[in-house]
Amino acid sequence: MSIKPEPNFDEMRQADGSIRPAYRDYVTWLDEQDPALMRRKSREAEQFFRRTGITFNVYGDDDAEERLIPFDMVPRIITGTEWRRLSRGIEQRVRALNAFMHDLYHRQEILRSGRIPLSLFKSNVAWLPQMVGFTPPGGVYTHIVGIDLVRTGPNEFMVLEDNARTPSGVSYMLENRETMMAMFPELFAKIHVQSVSDYPRRLAKSLAACAPDAASDKPVVAVLTPGIYNSAYYEHAFLADQMGAELVEGSDLRVVDGRVQMRTTAGFQPIDVLYRRVDDDFLDPLTFNPQSMLGVPGIMDVYRSGGITIANAPGTGIADDKAIYSFMPEIVEFYTGEKPLLPNVPTWRCADADSLAYVLDNIADLVVKEVHGSGGYGMLIGPTSSSREIARFKDKLKARPDNYIAQPTLALSTVPIFTKAGLAPRHVDLRPFVLVSPNGIDITPGGLTRVALKKGSLVVNSSQGGGTKDSWVLED
Amino acid sequence: MLGRTANSIFWMFRYLERAENTARLLEAGFRMALTRGADAANEEWRSVIVTLGEQTTYQQIHSEYSGAQVCNFVLRDRENPQNVLGMIEAARANARSARTSITAEVWEAVNEAWMVLGDLLDRPVRESSLGSVLASIRREATLVRGATYGSMLRNEIYHFARAGTFLERADNTARILDVKYYLLLPSLAYVGSSLDTGQWDTVLRSLSAERAYRWLNAGRMDPRGIAEFLILDRRFPRSLAFCYDALRENLKALAELHHNRGECHTLMREADRKLCEATIDSIFDKGLHEFLTAFIRENQGIATAISDDYRFIA
Repeated sequence: MSIKPEPNFDEMRQADGSIRPAYRDYVTWLDEQDPALMRRKSREAEQFFRRTGITFNVYGDDDAEERLIPFDMVPRIITGTEWRRLSRGIEQRVRALNAFMHDLYHRQEILRSGRIPLSLFKSNVAWLPQMVGFTPPGGVYTHIVGIDLVRTGPNEFMVLEDNARTPSGVSYMLENRETMMAMFPELFAKIHVQSVSDYPRRLAKSLAACAPDAASDKPVVAVLTPGIYNSAYYEHAFLADQMGAELVEGSDLRVVDGRVQMRTTAGFQPIDVLYRRVDDDFLDPLTFNPQSMLGVPGIMDVYRSGGITIANAPGTGIADDKAIYSFMPEIVEFYTGEKPLLPNVPTWRCADADSLAYVLDNIADLVVKEVHGSGGYGMLIGPTSSSREIARFKDKLKARPDNYIAQPTLALSTVPIFTKAGLAPRHVDLRPFVLVSPNGIDITPGGLTRVALKKGSLVVNSSQGGGTKDSWVLED
Repeated sequence: MLGRTANSIFWMFRYLERAENTARLLEAGFRMALTRGADAANEEWRSVIVTLGEQTTYQQIHSEYSGAQVCNFVLRDRENPQNVLGMIEAARANARSARTSITAEVWEAVNEAWMVLGDLLDRPVRESSLGSVLASIRREATLVRGATYGSMLRNEIYHFARAGTFLERADNTARILDVKYYLLLPSLAYVGSSLDTGQWDTVLRSLSAERAYRWLNAGRMDPRGIAEFLILDRRFPRSLAFCYDALRENLKALAELHHNRGECHTLMREADRKLCEATIDSIFDKGLHEFLTAFIRENQGIATAISDDYRFIA
């Protein structure tokens, strides 16, 4: 495994400065635009986001209770051919993820086969004994998945992370497109971009298709949010609104007559499918964290007796685990009988003594992450850290090696952003959104492109100052 | 719809209405203060605080009533639990919590109100800009109302929004009338005597009623006539009778949608009957203050009944 950062791949320009095919029409258009007008448009975009209240809350930041995620108006463009290849890989991976979940909570054949070690799970807090032997309605575990991809070359996409719990960001995918279409309608007349706007309709349909037997012909779908102070509240409200579903909080729900029901102005009404944006631990104070005020006491009993569908199913967090992630190539092969179409980023599991030794020796060149971490918290980026930070992190690593994995510092691809001085390349990743129902796997063309706004930075997380871009998949 | 959401909608519109009416009251006080000498001006500012029922809190902070202090206290002082900026924030928080039940137009209007007024009230308001700040408050509230009227489906949500608006407005009109009357007339024996017409002008201005009243009465200021106008004239959109016509219609629509009448409907019918039977003479015979105090109490009773009947709270 090579760990030396190579010169990175720029998605717009080739090494000789010429424009790659995906961006040709866009750059032709851009060259005709007045730079002063473009600067004005960039400011307008920010006002638009502020006015519509597209904000997120940053944990541990008192000054900015609600902050905007910066939006960059240069689109990230993928050709139809590239996308077709990518989506085959994504579909294969998501199929494997669901089969893996089912197996883990039933016969555990993958453990018996020795393809992944039993020790990985014994200590895994995301694994829920309450799910053992139970099959969710329609056999679906991960109704909504966000697969984080990074690109390092023309045909080299790798999976960085599988978000199988409650992936967020889809509202940005939709709003970014709306903003672009409002700002540059003529651009969309010139360049044919595959639409993303029916995602909410597809989500509603996909969720309804997973309704339990107890549901009526027209299943009642509700979105469960922790409330207006949650960092992703805007997205919860947005999705409920777009789907025409109720946006509920734990205090609105109660188990009545063996069903989970919501308190309406006309009395209690049963819910068939609950798209919850609350973590497993807070879902049911009777089963999990007894202090939780965000969930519904008794919902797990209703769930296990077939009275409600919970999306995503409890216990799917095990696939968000970065140690499990490192086994994904084996998992894909085990359940699909095929070679994985999308490779993983090479990963060292620090639980393994040889790997730990290697990671400690080479830490200055590596990215070290917590197994259960997310959002860019609790990680170390070797090349950009001070020797003090590295020393401190090494102590944590040695104290609990099984809590960490390490990956090479990848030469992530770049896409230009709009700066005062003109276009400048910045590192990006891509999170496509995938819907799973008994009717199949549905991938919306595009996804959320996150971009590191600081020159040279590899951290794209919005909680760490990253921005977003509209992501185009061309019709070709 | 969810009971919690109905509660948020109801309160979102109550807070907006309250913010707007508070701005009107301040505007009337500001105008009076401008047209009088310094002593009388301070007296006028005091009367604004008295009308809002905030003397106790105010006196804990300030020893005298100057324009700058009163405006700051009413508009933005965090130590005043009823400050206008706080009302706007509460309206917006409720809108956010009921985001899926209002249109994008209504949400954007209330979000923009919060941004614009948040900026304007970020620093103490100088006297030179007070007029434009108060106009902005009225304007922003009007925009939300307009967006509501023009873009919301006439369903349950809309009726809760309107019920909240008119219930709050009736409360505010009754309070302003009660206190102003009390301040202006130490004894009811004065009713009918000719008093300072400028003073009566503030009562009307506090409710944006001066033009309508003057138009209807050819400029004559008569305390009893003013009370009659503000209580019983069904044509004036801030009168108690107008508010109750609207409140009744919205509660009736809720009963039809739910195929069910609740305690709030019983109370509404009773209150309606009293208002219909009342004449200005019967009101003054019984005592205006007594009439208004009873009205405010019963109005609150209807609000509580709406909250119970429609399961606002678990």
